[in-house]
Amino acid sequence: MLGRLGLDSLPFYSAIAFGGASITVLGGLAVFLLVTYFGKWRYFWDEWLTSLDHKRIGIMYIALAMVMLVRGFVDALMMRSQQAISLNNDGYLAPEHFDQVFSSHGTIMIFFMAMPFLTGLINIVVPQQLGARDVAFPFMNSISLWLTAAGAALVMVSLVIGKFSTAGWTGYPPYSGAEYSPGVGVDYWIWALLVSGVGSTMTGINFVVTIIKCRAPKMRLMQMPLFTWTTLCTSLLMAFAFPALTVVAAMLGLDRILGFHFFTNDSGGNMMNYANLIWIWGHPEVYILILPAFGVFSEVVATFSQKRLFGYKSLVYATAAITILSFSVWLHHFFTMGSSPNVNAVFGIATMIIAVPTGVKIFDWVFTMYKGRIIFHPAMLFTIGFLITFVLGGVSGVLLAIPPADFLMHNSTFLVAHFHNVLIPGAVFGYFAGFQYWFPKATGFKLDRAWGVRSFWFWIIGFYLAFMPLYALGFMGMSRRMERYDVAEWQPYLIVAAVGALSVLIGIFCQGMQLYVSIRDREKNRDLTGDPYNGRTLEWQTSSPPAEYNFAKIPDVQDIDAFWDMKQRGVAYAPSQNYEDIHLPRNTGIGVFLGGLGFLIGFAVTWYIWWLVALGFLGVLACLITRGSQDHTYEIIPAAEIEAHEKARIKALEAHKPAPGDFWS
Amino acid sequence: MSTYSPKTTGSPGPTEETLDIRDLGFWLYLMTDAIIFSLLFATYVVMFQNTATGPLPIDVFDIKHVFAETMFLLFSSVTFGFASLASVREHKSQAVFWLIVTIVLGMGFISLEVIEFVGMIESGAGPQTSGFLTSFFTLVGTHGAHVSLGMIGITVMIFQILIKGLTSPVKSRLHRLGMFWHFLDIVWIGIFSIVYMPGWLI
Repeated sequence: MLGRLGLDSLPFYSAIAFGGASITVLGGLAVFLLVTYFGKWRYFWDEWLTSLDHKRIGIMYIALAMVMLVRGFVDALMMRSQQAISLNNDGYLAPEHFDQVFSSHGTIMIFFMAMPFLTGLINIVVPQQLGARDVAFPFMNSISLWLTAAGAALVMVSLVIGKFSTAGWTGYPPYSGAEYSPGVGVDYWIWALLVSGVGSTMTGINFVVTIIKCRAPKMRLMQMPLFTWTTLCTSLLMAFAFPALTVVAAMLGLDRILGFHFFTNDSGGNMMNYANLIWIWGHPEVYILILPAFGVFSEVVATFSQKRLFGYKSLVYATAAITILSFSVWLHHFFTMGSSPNVNAVFGIATMIIAVPTGVKIFDWVFTMYKGRIIFHPAMLFTIGFLITFVLGGVSGVLLAIPPADFLMHNSTFLVAHFHNVLIPGAVFGYFAGFQYWFPKATGFKLDRAWGVRSFWFWIIGFYLAFMPLYALGFMGMSRRMERYDVAEWQPYLIVAAVGALSVLIGIFCQGMQLYVSIRDREKNRDLTGDPYNGRTLEWQTSSPPAEYNFAKIPDVQDIDAFWDMKQRGVAYAPSQNYEDIHLPRNTGIGVFLGGLGFLIGFAVTWYIWWLVALGFLGVLACLITRGSQDHTYEIIPAAEIEAHEKARIKALEAHKPAPGDFWS
Repeated sequence: MSTYSPKTTGSPGPTEETLDIRDLGFWLYLMTDAIIFSLLFATYVVMFQNTATGPLPIDVFDIKHVFAETMFLLFSSVTFGFASLASVREHKSQAVFWLIVTIVLGMGFISLEVIEFVGMIESGAGPQTSGFLTSFFTLVGTHGAHVSLGMIGITVMIFQILIKGLTSPVKSRLHRLGMFWHFLDIVWIGIFSIVYMPGWLI
C-alpha cells in the first residue's frame, strides 16, 4: 500500500537529522498556524495562490527563493564548519550525512534559489519594460511557479521522510544508479529536477513569446531594455536546454526503477553518455543563471550613473554571442573523461572565446560609470562588487579551460572556488541588486538603505574569506567534498573559509533586518511617484505597485530609454481622454492543483506507491482537459474604472511632483 | 454556425490576438519536444551496437509489421488534414467524421506497436536486456506515449466541436492539435529511417 514507506523512514537515527527535520516541520506548522490564526487563508488563496498576475507570481517566486536561500546556506555553514574541525577526526557529521549536505546545497542553490529568484525578477519587470499588460501565457506562468514550488517541496520533505541523494548535485552514474545508491535519495533528486524542470521549460517558452509578441507596438527589438534582452536570451536557453535535463533525469529514473541499461556498468550501458547529456543542459544553465543578472547590472549601472548605457548594441550582440556559444562548450566539464586531445582542444578554445563577449560587457559597464554621477545605492554597490570580483572568477575559468591545467585542478577545491567566484558575484549579487532596485516597484515602498549597505559589505567580505582560501587549497591538492582529512597545512585555510561563511551569515541577517525595518517603516518610505530613481525604462512609468493592468494606455516608444525620452518630451504622465476596456485573465486554482499533483507524483514514485502515481497522472489529465475546455477565462476592467483610477493617480503625482534633481541620493 | 465574440458575457474568452500568440507558443513547445526526441535519437545511435548478450537489431525488427504501422500513422495525418480543411470550411459533421477516422487509424498504429513490444518482451528482448534495447524501447515508447496523448486530445476535441461548435477558440485548439499530430508523423519518419531501416538493411 505505501511502497517502501515505513516508520523507519523518519529521522530518529541521528540527532542532527532529527533537528533538521524538526525545524522544517515546526517552521511549516508555524506558518500554517499564523495564517489560520489571522484568518488569512481566503485572502491568500484569492489574492495570491490562484493569481495569474505576473507581478504577484514574481513576488511569490522571490519569496520561495529567499526561503530556499536560507536552507541552502545552512547546508553551506554545516560543510564549512565540518571541514574547519575535521583534521584527523570525524567532526560532527557522519560521512553519509555530509554527502547529503553537499548534494542538497548544490541542488537547492541552483534549482530552488537561483532559478526562482531570476524567474521572479523577470516576471515582475519584463512585461512592464515591454509596455505590456501581461505575459503571453498567464495560466502557464502559474503552472511554472507551482511546479517549481513542488520541486522545492520534494527537497524539503526529504529532510523529514527518508534521506536525500548523496551523489552530488549532478548525480553521476554509476554511483547514482540502483546498484550503489539503492535508497530513496537519488529518486527525490530526480523528481525534484523533473517536476521543476518542466516548469522552467514553460517559463522559457512563455517569455520568448511575451518578448516577441507582446511589446508595445512601436518598440523595435533594438529598443528593448537590456534586462529584456538578457531575458529573451535566457528564455531561449531555458526552452532549449531544459529538455536535455528532463531526458537525462528520466533515463536515470528508468535505470533505477525499471532496471534499464542506459548508464549501468553491465549489459551495454554507457555512463559517459550521462556526462554528455547532463552538461548539454548544465552549461547553458550557467548562462541561464548569469544572463538575467547581467541584465540587472546593465539597468542599475545606467540608472545610478545617471547616464545612458554605454555601448547598447555591443551589449546586445555580446549577450547573443554568449547565448550561442554556451551550447558549444559543455565538454569542458569532463576533459578528464578521456576524449582525444583534439576534441579537448576544440572545447577548450571555444570556452576561452566566451571570455571575449563577457569582457566586452565588463568594459561597457565600466565606461557607463566613467564620467557618470554615481549614486551609491545598495544595488550599485552590489554591481561594483560584482565587476571587480567576477573578473577574478572569469580569469580562473580561462585557466580551467586549458585542458592540461584542468587535468591538475579537476575535482579540486580550485574548481569549487572558481564556480562560486563566478556564480556568487555574477548571479547572486545580480539578483540582490535587482531585489534592491525593483523592490519599491513591486511593493510600493523603498528598502532601508543602511541595512542594505551593511549586507553588501558582509556578503562581499565573507565571499572573499570563504573562497580565496579554496583556490589555494586546490593548488595544495585538496579534493572537493572531503568530510575529513589528514593534512595539517590545510586546516588554517579551512578555518578562514569558515569565518567567511559566518560573515555571509551576518550578511543574510542584515538582509532580513532590512526587510523587517523597511516593512515596519513602510509608511515613511512610500514611493508615491512610481519613479523613485529618475529611471530610464518603462517599468518606472507605472505606479508603485502597478495597477493590475500596468499601463492604462500602451506607451508610445520612440527611443532605447523609452521612459527617459518621454520625460524629456514631457509626455510621460500626459493625461488621456479616451480610456478603453482592458481584457485580463481571471484567477484560477488549476495551477496550484497541478503543482500539488506534481509533488504527489514525485513523492509517490520515490516511495514506489504506484496507485498514487496513477491517480496523480489521472488528476493532471483531468486538470488539463478542464482548462483546455474553458473559454471564458478572462474578465473586463471597464474604461470608467480605469479612468477614475488614473485620474486619481495623476492628481497624486502633481502633489508629489519631483523638483528637477530631487531624486534619491 | 455560431459566431464568436469575446465580449458576450461578464467573463469573456480570448481575443483573436491572444489566439494568434498561442500558435507561436505551440511552435516553441514543439521545438522543445523535438530536442527531447533528438537526444533520444542520439542516445540510440550511441547505444545500438551495445547489444551485450541480447539480440541484434536484425533479429528483432519485422519490417513488414513496421511498414503497416507506418501506413496507419501516415494516413492518420492525411485524415487529420481533411478534418482541418473541414473546420476551415465550417463543416462541423465532416470535421468530426475525419477526426474519428484519425482516431481509428491511430488506434491501429498503437495496437500494432503494442503487439510488437509484447512480442519482443516475450521472446526475451525486453528493455532490461541490453543497452540497445533500452534505448530502442525508450525512443519508440516515448513516441507511442505522445501518440496516445494525441488521441486523448482528439477525443476531447470531438466533444468540444459537438458541444461548442466550431467557435474560434475551438478551431484554434484544433489547429494546434493538428500541428502536434503532424509533428509526431515527422518523428516517426525519423524512427523508421534511423531505427528500423538500418536495422533491417545491415
